[in-house]
Amino acid sequence: MAISSTNQTSWWKRCKTWFHRWGSPAWFYRVSGRLIPWLWCGFFLLAIPGLIWGLFIAPPDYLQGNSYRIIFIHVPSAWQSMLIFAIMAVLALIGIVWRIRVAETLAMCCAPIGAAFTVITLATGSLWGKPTWGTYWQWDGRMTSELVLLFLYLGVIGLHQAIDEPRRAARAAGLLALVGVVNLPIIHYSVEWWTTLHQGTTVSLMGESSIDPSMLWPLLLMVLAVKLYFGANLLTRTRNALLVQDRDKNWVREMVSST
Amino acid sequence: MTPTRKRRLSIALFILLGMGAATSLLLYALGDNLLYFQSPSDVLSNDIQTGQRFRLGGMVQPGSVQRDPDTLAVSFVVTDYQQSITVNYQGILPDLFREGQGVITNGALTSDGEFAAREVLAKHDEKYMPPEITDALERANPTGTAGGQR
Repeated sequence: MAISSTNQTSWWKRCKTWFHRWGSPAWFYRVSGRLIPWLWCGFFLLAIPGLIWGLFIAPPDYLQGNSYRIIFIHVPSAWQSMLIFAIMAVLALIGIVWRIRVAETLAMCCAPIGAAFTVITLATGSLWGKPTWGTYWQWDGRMTSELVLLFLYLGVIGLHQAIDEPRRAARAAGLLALVGVVNLPIIHYSVEWWTTLHQGTTVSLMGESSIDPSMLWPLLLMVLAVKLYFGANLLTRTRNALLVQDRDKNWVREMVSST
Repeated sequence: MTPTRKRRLSIALFILLGMGAATSLLLYALGDNLLYFQSPSDVLSNDIQTGQRFRLGGMVQPGSVQRDPDTLAVSFVVTDYQQSITVNYQGILPDLFREGQGVITNGALTSDGEFAAREVLAKHDEKYMPPEITDALERANPTGTAGGQR
């Protein structure tokens, strides 16, 4: 009994130490550098078959024909645009409460990637809307709340740029990220709370999806691929930002002089 | 957790809670104004004046579409399976406009109780299927449409 409990505490302690190490910019730089090639590798391994499967092999839709194939870009990027905001808010909260610089930097590097996915979501949805609905844009709940998400991302980026001192800038923009989280349930439930032009949820984690398996599998490949792309992109951006922040620190000097 | 961190965490959570409460109150107050369209039942129970612009949405009743052979004028019945309203429209319909499929029209009621639409949009449902499966479904159940509204 006593042995197992000490084992457990040492295991927990090791986990904690491992986790705390990520707070060190030098450690983060080293380990993330090793991780990034694998993330890129996984991204290409999933995205290339996913795109070929989705765009050429999957059957056309019974009603929309081939125009539905934009789903393989639109849905993964729409989910990712929301997920990135949630990740950014959690990192910002860690930055605000614990003042961990790596977390603050990670949060701020989330914003441009999230904004890009939001733009892709809005653009692909608009291009699909014209042949399907007969309009590029309507102010319904889903579209408007996704547009608000883009403005929140731009607000976070703008606030971060507007304050000179980088750590204060990250915390101020982090607060906006935290507050902006209220928009995420609005985007998700907009199609249930209100009548919208946008259709309801097709793919659900729990319960049955109303998409044929022959179309669902390439979609899931693309969803996973986009997550790995986000990981690779975020780590690369954060490494660069940390390098700039710590350009006068010893670990950067040692690294530069050793190469 | 140190007292400073505890205080920062509680302030952050308090701000989040406050924003959440404010947003839900705002959405609650806006209520039906956030509806993008209204169903025929909503329209008939709400006593909307003629000439007032709103969006009417529902299913195109199968067999109700009548086209004028010489002009672009078309009329069809929009139904929510409880109530239905006849819609008159002059213009090009979207490609996915089908009988038995969802449609959203923007316009106003006329004095004869019909709806004069200025714009017709097709509403797509959340179902994605290959054509062979819909064919099979239709063979199995010839009366119902395969891709009906939830």
